[in-house]
Amino acid sequence: MSVRRVMGIETELGITSTQVDQRGEPLTPMVLSGQVVRAYAAGAGPTAALPTGSGWDYADETPLRDARGYEMARALAHVSQLTDTFDPTIANSVLSNGARFYVDHAHPEYSSPEVTSPREAVRYDRAGELVGLAAVRTLAEQGRAVSLYKNNVDGKGASYGTHENYLVPRTVPFDRLAAQLIPFLVARPVIAGAGRVGLGQVSERSGFQLSQRADYLEAEVGLETTLRRPIVNTRDEPHATPHVHRRLHVIVGDATMADVTTLLALGSLSAVLRLVETHPGWVPDVRLADPVTAVKQISHDPSLRTTVPLTDGRDLTGPDLLESYLEAVERAAASGHEAWEPDADTTEVLTRWRSVLDALRRDPAECAAQVEWVAKLVLLERFRERTGAGWDDPRLAAMDIQWHDLDPARGLAQKLRAAGRLERLVPVDEVASAVTDPPEDTRAWFRGECVRRFGGDVRAASWDSVVLLDERGKLRRVQVPEPTAATRERISGLLARHTTTASLLTELASEDV
Amino acid sequence: MAGSQQFHSRRRDDDAPGPEAPEPAPAAPQASSTERDDALDSLLDEIDGVLEKNATDFVHGFVQKGGQ
Repeated sequence: MSVRRVMGIETELGITSTQVDQRGEPLTPMVLSGQVVRAYAAGAGPTAALPTGSGWDYADETPLRDARGYEMARALAHVSQLTDTFDPTIANSVLSNGARFYVDHAHPEYSSPEVTSPREAVRYDRAGELVGLAAVRTLAEQGRAVSLYKNNVDGKGASYGTHENYLVPRTVPFDRLAAQLIPFLVARPVIAGAGRVGLGQVSERSGFQLSQRADYLEAEVGLETTLRRPIVNTRDEPHATPHVHRRLHVIVGDATMADVTTLLALGSLSAVLRLVETHPGWVPDVRLADPVTAVKQISHDPSLRTTVPLTDGRDLTGPDLLESYLEAVERAAASGHEAWEPDADTTEVLTRWRSVLDALRRDPAECAAQVEWVAKLVLLERFRERTGAGWDDPRLAAMDIQWHDLDPARGLAQKLRAAGRLERLVPVDEVASAVTDPPEDTRAWFRGECVRRFGGDVRAASWDSVVLLDERGKLRRVQVPEPTAATRERISGLLARHTTTASLLTELASEDV
Repeated sequence: MAGSQQFHSRRRDDDAPGPEAPEPAPAAPQASSTERDDALDSLLDEIDGVLEKNATDFVHGFVQKGGQ
């Protein structure tokens, strides 16, 4: 298994438009985000996306449960934390690929289906770009111009998240997990950052940094995701059999356009989690004196030479920290331990992690086709050489935003992809098929196939349930608490026997599936 | 809800071999820096045609609400 585990990526998209209302006022981002989700559902049709009037099943959402063993009182929670209540005005759709596409606060959010490898996570993350692009094109045909950006900051104080999710055994003590992950997460932008023009939450200082998100992290460990954002988030909402699994909810990462960067972000973290699970004594003992400051210091230095202090008196660079984790992972992978089976996914991730880290230590420019912040920096530096622009030049800030535009006619990262300067891991046709086809080896297959086959009779869904109409027109909730249950292998025969949800439910009621 | 069913859990942690991932492509041979700059310059020339004409207004207008 090694780097293989159940995982997924949620991305809130930046959104702009020139549309105005009848009074000539700009449309609010909530209205625009609703347009985007409705346009996708309408354009894709009922076999590819549930109509946005259908529901999300909130029964198993627990956004206030804290992994440290308690639950926050509702009265004390910020309204943005109450993600478990139904709001009929919020557009929401479940897609035939098993993803959720909906309005989260003031952004369209694509939450990928659960997959079992970093490479599949890259594939479904790229599919989300095509989902957003399809919505933009449908709206353009209606004369409504909207642009979507797969980034995480506006440079003026606002940050919106790209969250990664990893299924972790409940047996791993959360406090140890958090402590052992923090130094890794602080250094991970060295191989996984998307790059950003501007330093500080409101770009108080000019310059370039590795991470989109670093300047918005304000705590080491905590429940919140919209204020006092922590390096390790404690939301205990497993969307899976709760006494068996946790869902580690990682909110520190960047949205990424470069395939290898996305692969390294998820693959390296999944490998470190396996290390924490199987060889906790081998996890490097590198306790940072001040992780919240260190994450900014490392992000702010593209030369990668800045050191951050440890509690034992040592000072290490970001690459040093990653090196210590990679060496431990390589040692575990070579140990013969049954959980470190050298499958193709694991070999790919560890090989690439090693080659990228070694190259970054020689000269970051060597990684311009793999590491997104390097690719962005090389482009911007060349622009600066040609034009003499300083880092405070608005053209550089504009290029930074436009780097992340989902429209390939304008998106700079996509221009680099098309020119072969950003290495592709997933062929274009495999990304295209992931827009409509669910992963076959998780319960996303059941969710997605229900949408594809029964569209109008699927009244709601969630990560661990699908709500269907029975023969008497009543709603019945099919629960799928195990993420690796209800796979194609297990239930394709079952689904093939039924053309209606009523007959499917009849068989489900009569048999142990 | 009138009733519910469950797909029962089945642990399958270590018995599922991964799909065969293709071998990583060999790294492209390093072009000389001059050649690389030429390629980047032609890309920048192309990009020039799609860059927002008024960068100051574009950046000023890119205002987002915070999110998660």
